[in-house]
Amino acid sequence: MPLLRSATADALEEMRLRELEAVLQQVDGFERPKVHLEQYVTTPHIAAHMLYTAATTYGDIEGRAVCDLGCGTGVLTVGCAALGASYVLGVDVDADALAIARANIDEAELDAPVDLMRGDVAVWAPARARPFDTVVLNPPFGTKNNQGADMLFLQRALACARGAVYSLHKTATRDHILRKAREWRAQCEVLAEVRYDLQASYKFHRRKSVDVAVDLLRLVPSSPSHPLIEMR
Amino acid sequence: KLLTHNFLASNVVGVRQGYPLRLAATAVQTREVDFSADFVRNVFGRVDYGVLREAAAGIGAGDQLPMEPDALTNEDFLRQMHHVLLEIEVVEGSLTCPESGRVFPIVNGIPNMLLTEDEV
Repeated sequence: MPLLRSATADALEEMRLRELEAVLQQVDGFERPKVHLEQYVTTPHIAAHMLYTAATTYGDIEGRAVCDLGCGTGVLTVGCAALGASYVLGVDVDADALAIARANIDEAELDAPVDLMRGDVAVWAPARARPFDTVVLNPPFGTKNNQGADMLFLQRALACARGAVYSLHKTATRDHILRKAREWRAQCEVLAEVRYDLQASYKFHRRKSVDVAVDLLRLVPSSPSHPLIEMR
Repeated sequence: KLLTHNFLASNVVGVRQGYPLRLAATAVQTREVDFSADFVRNVFGRVDYGVLREAAAGIGAGDQLPMEPDALTNEDFLRQMHHVLLEIEVVEGSLTCPESGRVFPIVNGIPNMLLTEDEV
């Protein structure tokens, strides 16, 4: 009875997704978000969907070496570890965010090896090309005084990943990103369009919350320097 | 973790040989993590074995790896690699750029690779 079986599988998936979201709800956000770094937390809901899709539809998390570029307080880092990544490296420029990320990782009591590193994603590069299978990121949107930061983060991510990159970007920039992706010879697919409820994190936000349309993107660099070794 | 060390280089402007970073440790801890033979095999090709072995030796975990890498079908070897790559954690220490001598501190397990304005 295939119908019944698939319904059960769906229910199981739904449960796992909710469990993941529950884990991510325990992750603390920024104490005092810094405007110049465009710090805002990836909501547990969006983070869970993003990573769950990467894990179940594409097999890009479990057993993989993952890098979280601009990890902030570690929502995506914790999520990747919870979904069975074999190694996660979170990189962020801000020491305060990393201290909270460290506490979040410790509290989540994960089995996976997780490292954090302080560095500026805009200038940092690993010792050799593409050491990670998968790179996940929620980059700055590149507004205010940060113009272009979103694209810079994305380009860095592509240079670090041999498998795939998962990133969140304003839907308004979609055409620009698709054009850039072609320029970088990367495949780019819009997996979902989500509503990002930016809570009034900053004083200059006059309204209580601002809804922003955001694309969940999956990019695949076209010529990984080494072929991906498929794991059983 | 030593896998992270294996991936890090000094990005100071003008430095051509910013790798490998010299690892020193004043506090080291080990934490057991799940062993996956597939992961070690998968990541092996991206790791500089000589650098890994030397880094391990520098923090007193050197005798755990053979001089030359063994076959990736040897589970004992894979387990040794797993331990050295993922289970040893430098909590306090430093990374030194082999060319410029720039020291990157490791505090609370987090290496600080942040550069000053005149280094980028």
